[in-house]
Amino acid sequence: MPVAAPDTTPLIRCSNLWKLFGVEPEQYLAGALTGSTPAFGQLMSDGYIPAVRDVSLEIARGEMLVIMGLSGSGKSTLVRCLSRLLESTSGEIQVDGQDLRALDTRGLIELRRNKMGMVFQNFALLPNRTVLDNVAFPLQMRGQDRHTRRERAMEVVKLVGLEGRENYFPRELSGGQQQRVGIARSLAIEPDIWFLDEPFSALDPLIRRDMQDEFLRLQDMLGKTIVFITHDFDEALRLADRIAIMKDGAVEQVDTPDKIVLHPATDYVARFTEAVERARVVHAGALVEPLGGAADAAVPDGEPVTAGASIHSLARRLVNDAREQYAVVDDTGQCIGRLSRSIALDVLLGDAP
Amino acid sequence: MNTAVASAHTVDSLVDRLAQPANARAFGLVLIALAVALALLKPWLPEGLMRLPALLVLPFSDGLNWLFNFIKDDLGFIHVTRAFASGIEWLLDVTGNLLYGKRRWPRLEPIPWTVIAVSAACLGYWLGGWRLALLGGATFVWIALLGQWKWTMETLSVIVVAVPLAVLLGLSLGVAAWKSRRVEAVLNPLLNIAQSLPHFSYMIPVVVFIGVGPKSGAIVTIIFAVPPMIRMTLLGLRKVAPEVVESGEMCGATRWQLLRYVRLPTARTEILVGVNQVIMQSLAMVVLASFIGMPGLGQKLLQLLQSLKIGRSIEIGITIVLLAVMLDRFSKAWAVRQPEHFERGTSWVSRHQVLLVWVVLTAGVFALAQVFPLAAEIGRRQAFTLSKEFDAVVGWMLEFIDPVTLAIRAFLITQVLIPLRDAYLWLPFTSVLMLFAGIGWRVGGWRSAASCFAYVALIALSGWWDRAMITAYMVSFAVFLSALIGLPLGVWAGRKETRAQRVLLACDTMQTFPSFIYLIPVIMLFGVNDVAAIAAVIVFGTVPMTRYTIEGLRGVPENLLEAADMSGASEGQKLWRVSLPMAVPTIMVGLNQTVMFSLFMVIIAAFIGTQDLGQEMQRALSSTDVGKGLVLGLCVAFMGLMVDHLIGKWGAERSRLLGITS
Repeated sequence: MPVAAPDTTPLIRCSNLWKLFGVEPEQYLAGALTGSTPAFGQLMSDGYIPAVRDVSLEIARGEMLVIMGLSGSGKSTLVRCLSRLLESTSGEIQVDGQDLRALDTRGLIELRRNKMGMVFQNFALLPNRTVLDNVAFPLQMRGQDRHTRRERAMEVVKLVGLEGRENYFPRELSGGQQQRVGIARSLAIEPDIWFLDEPFSALDPLIRRDMQDEFLRLQDMLGKTIVFITHDFDEALRLADRIAIMKDGAVEQVDTPDKIVLHPATDYVARFTEAVERARVVHAGALVEPLGGAADAAVPDGEPVTAGASIHSLARRLVNDAREQYAVVDDTGQCIGRLSRSIALDVLLGDAP
Repeated sequence: MNTAVASAHTVDSLVDRLAQPANARAFGLVLIALAVALALLKPWLPEGLMRLPALLVLPFSDGLNWLFNFIKDDLGFIHVTRAFASGIEWLLDVTGNLLYGKRRWPRLEPIPWTVIAVSAACLGYWLGGWRLALLGGATFVWIALLGQWKWTMETLSVIVVAVPLAVLLGLSLGVAAWKSRRVEAVLNPLLNIAQSLPHFSYMIPVVVFIGVGPKSGAIVTIIFAVPPMIRMTLLGLRKVAPEVVESGEMCGATRWQLLRYVRLPTARTEILVGVNQVIMQSLAMVVLASFIGMPGLGQKLLQLLQSLKIGRSIEIGITIVLLAVMLDRFSKAWAVRQPEHFERGTSWVSRHQVLLVWVVLTAGVFALAQVFPLAAEIGRRQAFTLSKEFDAVVGWMLEFIDPVTLAIRAFLITQVLIPLRDAYLWLPFTSVLMLFAGIGWRVGGWRSAASCFAYVALIALSGWWDRAMITAYMVSFAVFLSALIGLPLGVWAGRKETRAQRVLLACDTMQTFPSFIYLIPVIMLFGVNDVAAIAAVIVFGTVPMTRYTIEGLRGVPENLLEAADMSGASEGQKLWRVSLPMAVPTIMVGLNQTVMFSLFMVIIAAFIGTQDLGQEMQRALSSTDVGKGLVLGLCVAFMGLMVDHLIGKWGAERSRLLGITS
């Protein structure tokens, strides 16, 4: 698991962000926002499509936020507002201390040339360029000369495991390979912020899994700040530090995978979590009870479990080891609390009848 | 399975629903009834309702002439066009010098024919392998051997100049229209009219501004070829996937970089299809430009046809067809050509094999041409000719066919064409006006009724009503026969995939021929008269009809056919109840094209002696009467636009009801 950097100021912060599609949405929204926040149905019946409704998010440096939602929930629009591919209707976006919505064209281009990278669902490669030239494209845009940009592009091509295919054209590659090119292109400028818009949705399930592994490997190595869009709840659980679940343009819940599975905030979120095998998602760390006051301070004896271990991986121990409490330690071996066997078994076997 | 049965059911109920009259448009029926009443009451009608009183005929042509004179002389526009024309002339001199040794700068010898043949073969190989290499090489060998080299090069020297200029102009206008809604709003109606104006309408203003000769030929060719390029550029730029543009934006591309590196390269295929259309339009126009003194193959063909030298005409016809097929296949191959990578470590030599072979071969034949003059130029005297053989074969054939064609001709003229023409001329113009307004109302409500009314009324106001009715009678009769031939042919061909592909290939090939070519066989068979003109129109018009019928039938979703099979439909039921109803929108597109093609062809056929708008247009051309020529051209365009509007509207409505989105 990637560990959040000590720097706690968020790299991206958006507050009360709105995006409406319709006729003169700014004017309409300014009027509508004077009272209470307008409801989804109200906006629709007024002839507007609310793609993003009053979204406030903070994304910390080095964090991976996965935005999950069904199609039409506004997740792609939200990420396009955060990258300013679309102009938001109202609200504030701060990127690395800059007011994103106030940037002029030049400033926006500079920001994209130096700090942002994006991967697209259908790869969006330029068909007339080789792999190498596609990857070198953002470097060419900022005016790097042919030799240095190809050198850097070659490094990134190697990084994503496409060495030997750098002279291929996109149509000569499989879907998975094309998306590797898309990933390489988005990494060529060494961005701080990495947007991924359903990067693996167009791939078949086996390749998707490989690509997720590859992606985790890259992220371990690079530690980027990531906004990752998906409609696949399992993918979200697998990758995310935190998940934001969207419905009808609004964020229903933002939390770590453990917490979403254990404590879904709304019925809508709960419907996603129903089918999930919770023992594979929930980690010992999420169930830990702190060692209480003096009376209760004793560290449970026996072999401790690590906070990062999933309940599923502890199944055998939970069944065989009849002690009521286990000690839980973090990565450094420091004891952080205790795990109640009965609670863990509830997660493993489903709630007691 | 369930869904398949359900979809068969939906088709049936849809067909039933389509058969029901649209009650809301009943007013259209009233108008049509009025039209019938006007026709029936003709003997009692006042003169003013039969033909537009001469008083009301507006002097459009005088107005246009005044406008043109004003622009030309008072605004001094003629100096601009003359300057532009001399620029073109300089380019034509250069290509003329290189291709057929015109004595102008750069005063080099003409390129030996062997060099051009070898180059065409190498280019063909690079674009599409052996078959295209053979096509390219053989075309030029044929041209050289038959002694048509100079005329062909005269024609090509114009194409070589006109095509790049038209492409450049079309591309810039296309980008401008894409960038600005306002430019597009201005360009769109202009393009609609431009693409339905007959060829001759373009020539007359050019003759006024520039005069006759090769440079006018080149300029009229450029103007004629630009519209499809604009359309294809616009289409290509619109079709670029939004994600690809977004990816460019996220790479920090400026607007110019987006256009230059992202949008245009991604729209490559459409743009190159536009180039293909420019080339084919240029060839068609450059051949016809012989009417305004453009030398080359067209002029030769015109002279030979007028003096009824069939054998020699066939030779030239074959040359034009070979050129057309070669240019079409080459440019299409270029459009679909996909880049391919070379493995790492491939040497420069093997990456540029074709280029090296070309250099070596060219040098070889160039040297050969210095030693053997025949490899440089084949004069008329040394050339082969097959004209005697062609004449013999044609004569022998005609001996058998003549009685038949004579009978057909006599029957058609006395029993069909003359009565039909008289019937069209007999109709009061008010009746026609009401008829089309009524049809318009039924198809698209009052808006369509108003536009149809306006089109017919403008034709009446132009004062060329009778001529227009003659054009209309020839076109409608020809379209009727084209549909009668094309539909069954398409259905027959569409029943088997291999046959469908063969017929489609034939249609494709025939569509690349310049329209002029179609006159050769019909003159051969029927001589110079109305029947020949209509026969040419029918042959020309059947091609799109057949083609779109096949494509419509092939486009019927497989699961619908399976559903019909499982519902126990016989082959006939499947065709009538499922395939044809589903294919109707596509077939309508074909009908639309057939009408357009027929209109163009009828006008071109004027010089073999028709009495319609085309004949008047030829007169306007020879007396350089711009106003008259344009008014006549607009009459033709209005007919075309009206039919286009009606069929397009109706087809779109059908598609909507069938749930087909195009």
